[in-house]
Amino acid sequence: MKQLLRILFLSLLLGASLARAELVIEITEGAEGALPIAVVPFRWKGDPASPPPQKVGRIIAADLHRSGYFKTLPESEMLAFPSTTAEVDFRDWRALKQDNLVIGEISPNGPGGYTVNFKLFDVYQGEQLMGYSFATTARDLRAIAHHIADLVYETLTGTPGAFATRIAYVVSEGTIDKPRISLRIADSDGYNSQVIVSSTEPIMSPAWSPDGRKLAYVSFENGRPAIWIQEVFTGKREKITHFKGINGAPAWSPDGRFLAMTLSKDGDPDIYIMDLTRRKLRRLVRHWAIDTEPSWSPDGQNIVFTSDRGGSPQIYRIPVSGGGATRITYENGYNARASYSPDGKLLTFITRVGSQYRIAVMDLKRGSMTVLTDGRLDESPSFAPNGSMIIYATRYRGKGVLSAVSTDGRVKQRLALQSGDVRDPVWSPYYK
Amino acid sequence: MKKIRLFLLPFFLGVLFLSGCGSTGPTEGEEGAAGGTTVGGAGSAETSAATAGGAWSGSPLDDPNSPLYEKVIYFDFDQAEIRPEFLPTLRAHADYLINNPSARLVIEGHCDERGSREYNIALGERRANAVKRFLEAEGVSPLQLETISYGEERPAVPGHNEEACAKNRRAELVYQ
Repeated sequence: MKQLLRILFLSLLLGASLARAELVIEITEGAEGALPIAVVPFRWKGDPASPPPQKVGRIIAADLHRSGYFKTLPESEMLAFPSTTAEVDFRDWRALKQDNLVIGEISPNGPGGYTVNFKLFDVYQGEQLMGYSFATTARDLRAIAHHIADLVYETLTGTPGAFATRIAYVVSEGTIDKPRISLRIADSDGYNSQVIVSSTEPIMSPAWSPDGRKLAYVSFENGRPAIWIQEVFTGKREKITHFKGINGAPAWSPDGRFLAMTLSKDGDPDIYIMDLTRRKLRRLVRHWAIDTEPSWSPDGQNIVFTSDRGGSPQIYRIPVSGGGATRITYENGYNARASYSPDGKLLTFITRVGSQYRIAVMDLKRGSMTVLTDGRLDESPSFAPNGSMIIYATRYRGKGVLSAVSTDGRVKQRLALQSGDVRDPVWSPYYK
Repeated sequence: MKKIRLFLLPFFLGVLFLSGCGSTGPTEGEEGAAGGTTVGGAGSAETSAATAGGAWSGSPLDDPNSPLYEKVIYFDFDQAEIRPEFLPTLRAHADYLINNPSARLVIEGHCDERGSREYNIALGERRANAVKRFLEAEGVSPLQLETISYGEERPAVPGHNEEACAKNRRAELVYQ
């Protein structure tokens, strides 16, 4: 039931606009020992003259391939195209050295409706591992495909998939004198890109609410920075703060009731927490230095932030209840914009190595830091909701692009927008 | 925002021009003269400047021979200290603001593209505040001054080399 609700909700999210892919994803480094899997094109059982608008099997294969943990078999190498258990001859797939096999069918289900069923097999054991059937509409076929990819990923890796999620990001187009800035969201595979808000003035620092239904962001559209909260699906929005000075770096508490932010209304940039119901502000950090970029621990007990109180930007942690701040980073002369992994065990942040800005993770228990990327200007790291990947902004051939790296650094992918500079990415949570 | 873009281009051309013909620019005396004639209050600054300069018929803020023409000062990497070479420019603007109490100045703080965006917003504010504090120390009323930080969101020049970065680490003086 819960799953059904989630799918229903996902359907709502997708909206009517099935835009062309604007983000092109390219795997730049795959994992050694990726699992071989064959995803057979799903068979259409309806009128051959009006096939479904999406190639469900291909979307699933592309998701699994993109994760870097699967090696998908090209359709051209397949010896057979089964769509039912009876049609599967496991010898074909063993000959092709496939560990796993996904088959499926799509049937008409009333006007504009479809039923999608799929099965996942272990080729060597010759047994079915999983099988489901979903009723859906044309509009939601991509969402269903991502959901199936999530189920396959979880069954085979033990980690929930994060394909049926979205990313928010900022695009700058136009010229330096006449920029057009827009905050957009897209599916995690880059499809269904939609503009959330656009302006000729800067827009920055998008942050998803924990239920994935709202975005907080900073917009200079009225000539000064203000923090806004916007409902993603209705477009309804509200200005939350527009104090004198900085209104920046919004960050939702894990329960969605509070918004941490940076304000400089009382002098220097400090961290404040707003109770979103009562609209009351509390100053959490009070220091003459720069204090900014708050981010909550998943248990809601602590906030990490960037401060230059020690002479250079470093990461500090402070209990939400107040008290003293503890310095967390010591390595390298510049560490900023930290955020927690979903399990709270890791932090990701920007670090300066020589003169290059790169993405690092720190194991909080051991205090050890690993640099994951090798760019010159990597920034804005954000964990996928399953903790498997970190999305970040980097530069490639003179353009701002988004990249993702697995938390262990083994898999890298690049998401290139066809025009404009892309930056400030943030991965959505799971939709609740 | 258009204002900034419009004045940036002449500024860079102006730098070329000045360096091409001896970079000392206008003398202290000319500053004083221009400033002195503007004591007449709101609105009178532009017309009286025309008679004082003899050659320039607009506001001294737009006169390429006036130190007030310079409205951008640059900073070192990750620093918000005003470099000594910009003190004469800022003193000229302080005098202008003191002599034109109705003039309003917005000081914009900007950064290069390196590092995190929100930290750069804070650093840009620190730069704008450094300029504001200097002008106040010179006697300018705080009521005439406003600051805003754009961080790295509004670069003056494109490009990603050190030269471009140096031109983007700046405070811009924007008269309203």
